[in-house]
Amino acid sequence: MSARETAVRPAWKIALYRPETMTFMLLVLAMFGASALSPYFLDIAYILDSFTLSAEFAMVALVLTMVIICGEIDLSPASNMALSACLFAWAQSSGIPMPIAIGIGLCAGVVMGLINGLMVITLQLPSIIVTIGTLTLYRGLAQVIAGDKSIRVPDWFIGINNWIVLGTPFTVLLFAALSLALGLVLGTTVFGRQIYLIGTNEIAATHAGIRTKRIKMSLFVAMGLASSIAGLLTASRLGSVRYDLGLGGELQMVLMAMLGGTYIFGGRGTILGTFLAAWLLVVASTGMTVANLLPAVQLTVLGILLIVSIIATNFIYSRTQR
Amino acid sequence: MKKSILTSLALGVTFAATMAFAEPIKIVYIGKNTGNPYFDSITGGFQDACAANGCEFEFVAPATAEATSQIPIIEAQIQRGVNVIGIAPNSPDALNQVLDDARAKGILVLTVNGDLTGNESHRDATILPVNFDIVGRDQVEMVGSLIGYEGEIAILSATTEAPDQNKWIVGMNETLKSDPKYAKMTLVATVYGDDQPEKSTTEMEALLANFPNLKGVIAPTTVGIAAGAQVVQSRGIAETVHVTGLGLPSEMRDFVKDGTVTAFQLWSPYNEGWLAVHFALGLLDGSIKNEVGGTFEVPNLGTITINANNSMNTQAELTTFNAANIDDFNF
Amino acid sequence: MNLLRTLLIRREAGIFVMIVLFCLAVGVVKPQFLSLNSLRIILLLVPLILIGAMGQMLVLVARHVDLSIGSILGLSAMLTGMMFKFYPEIWWPLGFALAIGTGTALGLFNGVLVTYFRLPAIIVTLGTLNLYRGLTYIVSDAKQIDRQFVPSALKSMSQTSPMFGIPWIIFMSLGIAALTYVFVRHSQVGRQIFALGSNPVAAPLRGINAARVTLLVFALSGALAGLAGIMYASRWGFVNPSNTGNGFEFQVIAAVVIGGVSINGGSGSVLGTVLGVLLLGCVAAALPLLGIPGTTQSAIYGAVILIALLIDRSVRQQGIKSLTGRGVPA
Repeated sequence: MSARETAVRPAWKIALYRPETMTFMLLVLAMFGASALSPYFLDIAYILDSFTLSAEFAMVALVLTMVIICGEIDLSPASNMALSACLFAWAQSSGIPMPIAIGIGLCAGVVMGLINGLMVITLQLPSIIVTIGTLTLYRGLAQVIAGDKSIRVPDWFIGINNWIVLGTPFTVLLFAALSLALGLVLGTTVFGRQIYLIGTNEIAATHAGIRTKRIKMSLFVAMGLASSIAGLLTASRLGSVRYDLGLGGELQMVLMAMLGGTYIFGGRGTILGTFLAAWLLVVASTGMTVANLLPAVQLTVLGILLIVSIIATNFIYSRTQR
Repeated sequence: MKKSILTSLALGVTFAATMAFAEPIKIVYIGKNTGNPYFDSITGGFQDACAANGCEFEFVAPATAEATSQIPIIEAQIQRGVNVIGIAPNSPDALNQVLDDARAKGILVLTVNGDLTGNESHRDATILPVNFDIVGRDQVEMVGSLIGYEGEIAILSATTEAPDQNKWIVGMNETLKSDPKYAKMTLVATVYGDDQPEKSTTEMEALLANFPNLKGVIAPTTVGIAAGAQVVQSRGIAETVHVTGLGLPSEMRDFVKDGTVTAFQLWSPYNEGWLAVHFALGLLDGSIKNEVGGTFEVPNLGTITINANNSMNTQAELTTFNAANIDDFNF
Repeated sequence: MNLLRTLLIRREAGIFVMIVLFCLAVGVVKPQFLSLNSLRIILLLVPLILIGAMGQMLVLVARHVDLSIGSILGLSAMLTGMMFKFYPEIWWPLGFALAIGTGTALGLFNGVLVTYFRLPAIIVTLGTLNLYRGLTYIVSDAKQIDRQFVPSALKSMSQTSPMFGIPWIIFMSLGIAALTYVFVRHSQVGRQIFALGSNPVAAPLRGINAARVTLLVFALSGALAGLAGIMYASRWGFVNPSNTGNGFEFQVIAAVVIGGVSINGGSGSVLGTVLGVLLLGCVAAALPLLGIPGTTQSAIYGAVILIALLIDRSVRQQGIKSLTGRGVPA
């Protein structure tokens, strides 16, 4: 063995040569770009306020990252948000006391997550198709319940995103706290380790004694719960609930996970990456909106961003072990 | 002596400088969605009026016409410090919070081409092409005149939550119920094409299949009337089924010329933009008061009255388009 | 009993039965549904999806996915429409060349990213979905191509017909399906696609040029989406930068999956895909007829996809059981 073969890569290289670094660099780039595009951008209060528009999606994206690392995918969370919110709103507008109405909304979310989990795990159907099916089904059910009307929520419930704690809107703070918590779970606990293992090689993991089915089911249920909470938070922000709440949200969540370096086929990804990617998306889209750029340009930039990020992520993954 | 000359010179220069740097009024118009030709006309009115009066104008719109898609845009405009926000709202109530924010910062909020039904307190005034209360009545009259005032009719609308659509449909229903002139006409169905050509077409075809005796269709949406006319044209049933509604002359010209559609109605969207700018500038410099019952003059439009609920109309009656005048319009 | 087993195992038969049952069920409530007129409506709903489904089928069989076909359709349609608008004297069939050419180029871009950069197709095509839609807006300055600019000869392809009152556009889409069938069954490249999708590792070892085959399927998918683009202009008479092709990819993927193409690649049939498209067409035509409000229609689509999946699974289980002679491995 020559000295070259056993040389250890320098610590800084290991630490920095990761997809999250690329996401961070893109974020910095986006901040510079957005500031250059418009003088109105560089306002911390405004940026934080803009983040609240995506904070609910970002929170669910964190859990979605764990699902994707585990080798599955869930495209139904946005519809889950809508249906949970519609059930909650309908319940409280029919006179059911608030705590129970909230409970109904949360339970609905958990049940929806359970349904997804059952179809994927017990019936062994591919998760991408199942969740495309449930995404349409749940949204449709939300339409049946709410029709085309908006259901109002009581005034005291509105505006949780305006509640400023420690200088930041509450939902942004919640997102940061959730990122920290889930990052610790994924990065330091045995449970987290097992998720990575299942994503890398499910059969090997099962044979190694890891309770694959149970872990996957718990992740789908967690998605369901996170989605319903996100739905209620969105209801508070908007002041009313419609069946089209969060329409297209699943795409945003997947984008956040992908831009954060999560590998679509499982086994790789981090919460930090998704956290940075959420900020990247908000900075990029807010920067373009405040510069009054038309959707034409925004979509193009978004598409290029995704392609560039996936090329870089792939490049990095092919060069490193982890 | 020298000192006072210098002082007055300095004052004069400062005054001139302030005048030169006085901020022009910034007006923005937020459409329902992008790629919608209808808003091009309204934008034209805004642009010309601003060019004539020295204000800055920009048009923005979200990619899709969902209820919440305009919220980040409105917030961006607040951040940009605009003076006037004109908006064609995608939802009657989803924008309440953010519009209140805008008004709290002193921004004038005008809804142009549509209103926040039930939530009018969240905007300063509304500019509508005509009094929306008469649209339902006039459209029923239009279809009645085409089918001889008797027979089955249906409504092909846009999205279920569009406040303007619902207002007109209510008007149509009331007219049919209360006016004996239309006693022999029955409304058999109201369907929704979501402003999508595919959906509007399938709904139209379903109408024809479900109601074989259908004689007239009112489609108060440019996408719906075009889709309905397309179906009638490809089936060659223009003699038995009469399609009318609100349509753009540019989209309907072919159908009118080959006889598929006899007549339809609309207004001039351009005038709405024109009026909006003049009204906003007048409010901001104090020459117009935003009071119900007040009147003011607008070049090319004459005297405009502020009606109940702070609403203004650019014209009194709908314009009817038919083979005789279809070529006179270029929008 | 053998007939029943064949029915259960042959996926195509299962879909056909579903179509027949569905139409009969609707026909009981609304007899107008079982008319020639109704057939015409259904057939008119499907040509675009059918053309797109042929391309998507090839991509899925090769174990990839193409989410950008809706935006490819939109951009091709828009470029062709702009050609018609700004150069009205051009011989209009050139529009086909432009649309298919644009689609092929856009599809090739996808293919290059997937092949040479080794990127997952789902993410690449998610990116190009946005990119191409943005380009459509930019190229058209967010303005639509109005009806008077689309040549009437093109529009009449959706209305006039050579026989049975069935418009040209339907024959064209059925022709594409037939061509795909021949390509898949009787050409070497067609078989190579299936081989590559079945086992991407073994196929190159057998001498199959994986890169070339992958580029080909994406180029074909793009080309067919481009063809669907000019067909859009024919069918609807105009092109709009927001609506044209919006959501197309999901309708196509739903039809293809219902038609039995496996998401894991390697298996699928043209007949199954055609039947899947037909089933979706029947459902789409029946819902407004039954007076089901738009609000419930999406729920039903979701349910249809899930039911198709469940049937697929039970068919596979039956197939596996009969092949291995014992239970399915857990």
